[in-house]
Amino acid sequence: MSKALYALTIHEALAGMRRGAFSAVELTQALLERIAQTDSQVKAYLTLTAELALEQAAAADARRAAGDDAPLLGIPMAIKDVLCTAGVRTTCGSRILENFTPPYTATAVRRLAEAGMVMLGKTNTDEFAMGSSTENSGYFTTHNPWDLERVPGGSSGGSGAAVAAQEALAALGTDTGGSVRLPAAYCGVVGLKPSYGRVSRYGLVAYGSSLDQVGVLAKDVRDAALILSVMAGHDDHDSTSMPAPVPDYAAALTGDVRGLRIGLPDEYFIAGVQPDVEAAVRQAINLLGEMGAEIVRVSLPNTEKALPVYYLVATAEASANLSRFDGVRYGFSAGAGSILENYRESRGQGFGAEVKRRIMLGTYVLSAGYYDAYYLKAQQVRTLIKQDFEAAFGQVDVIACPVAPTTAFRIGEKANDPLAMYLSDVFTITPNLAGMCGASVPCGFDAGGLPIGLQLMGPPLGEEVVLRTAHAYEQATTWHTHWAQPVAVGA
Amino acid sequence: MRLTIDEVRHVAELAKLRLSEAELALYAEQLSAILDHAESLQQVDTSQVAPTPYVLPLYNVMADDAPAPSLDNAVALANAPDKADGFFRVRAVFEE
Repeated sequence: MSKALYALTIHEALAGMRRGAFSAVELTQALLERIAQTDSQVKAYLTLTAELALEQAAAADARRAAGDDAPLLGIPMAIKDVLCTAGVRTTCGSRILENFTPPYTATAVRRLAEAGMVMLGKTNTDEFAMGSSTENSGYFTTHNPWDLERVPGGSSGGSGAAVAAQEALAALGTDTGGSVRLPAAYCGVVGLKPSYGRVSRYGLVAYGSSLDQVGVLAKDVRDAALILSVMAGHDDHDSTSMPAPVPDYAAALTGDVRGLRIGLPDEYFIAGVQPDVEAAVRQAINLLGEMGAEIVRVSLPNTEKALPVYYLVATAEASANLSRFDGVRYGFSAGAGSILENYRESRGQGFGAEVKRRIMLGTYVLSAGYYDAYYLKAQQVRTLIKQDFEAAFGQVDVIACPVAPTTAFRIGEKANDPLAMYLSDVFTITPNLAGMCGASVPCGFDAGGLPIGLQLMGPPLGEEVVLRTAHAYEQATTWHTHWAQPVAVGA
Repeated sequence: MRLTIDEVRHVAELAKLRLSEAELALYAEQLSAILDHAESLQQVDTSQVAPTPYVLPLYNVMADDAPAPSLDNAVALANAPDKADGFFRVRAVFEE
């Protein structure tokens, strides 16, 4: 075996363990050593669970010895710290949950664990998944493994950086407006946001309940498909999880895009897109055309309305969801005077600046006199955006566009300008508003050597065609074979 | 759209957030800028458009009303900042 164990994909690692080349314990130890070597620079992990990981790896080896071959048996992964893990601290990147240990495990995590996953730890995130850079974490900022002075994207920046730095074979993230796809693009890995309702949200600490979805950050498309097959499907604990059957997503990876119709939306190739990002994305789409897909121009006329719709809808939902942090049942309590004073103080001290900003905006747009003008209006325009996509998916199978207007920006560059930060998500929020699925696939590097992501959007429950397109493109290129060197390995 | 400090103070009270004077001033400015950006929605004619609060065609999801195991009392209280006799302890709601 030429590759280091930590550098394997999931499907390579499974093949190795099946033929007895190494054990899950050896694989897990290799990842823990890698983390020890690189994570002081990258800072992807909020909590490491090394001891637990080695126990789980030993259990996986015992299962394999007994003839078990579960789909993720012995695979070390990282979990975004907004997904509840029984007995393991879950902070949501917030000081208000600094000492919170959930009494139960999120369904998505539980399904991976039952399939044999080894959990290495919990990854950094913007506080309550609100942000595009991890700079809003209440703990520290994660660094992009390709350039430690730059952000990894967000809000699943810890998960993106962990996979890119090869500190986990894959990671779970969550995506409310781009929080899986943006870090995947900035970190040069594969990101998959399933359709709304495809994966249970039970145990995912809520941000925007009509938008949130659990997603995957992986080294290649095959790994993302494997993980989705394990965690998707209806869950009695989430009434918004779809009762649709779960296909074997890996079986969709035919490598063939002949006859597929790929939509090219004019509204996603606009002024303000970094020229080398646009060039790389157009080149990727041309390649898919050369491989036999039919490239069709489509129009999504309400695209420019998506960003304001998103931050009115998402913040309104957030203001309601975060009312549960009251200093009574769990989380930080200021221990101040009356019950009302204790609410104000616990929340005022416990939440960070961006979370308070979004609670304020959401409370304002829901308040008497403004509800119709802002919240209802946003939901009506959301209908128009959804109708744009329904019309487009009448003509095409997949829509291709950039993930973000630029590559990873410098830490601190947008920290004082919330609107500029929100604009990072301008191309990723529409799938959340319309309940669609979307993926980010590496499609090149900019002049400074930073990764660029190609976004592929599919209709609700269109994961198979999105994964098939992404995989065919990936296998026709070599971008997924390039890896960041966050520190001099072995130095 | 320009929010006044008093309007921001009112919203903070609705949200039960204690904010400093500096935070009130900053949010007045930033929320005004964000709401200005959202003004573009007012140009869209939505007189004939139904709202989309939710994307799924799922309605009235029903479950059997059957007892099932739930969290043990001690486990449910494990994260409570203050508890007594198997309950969350809260401060007095009504002053004497």
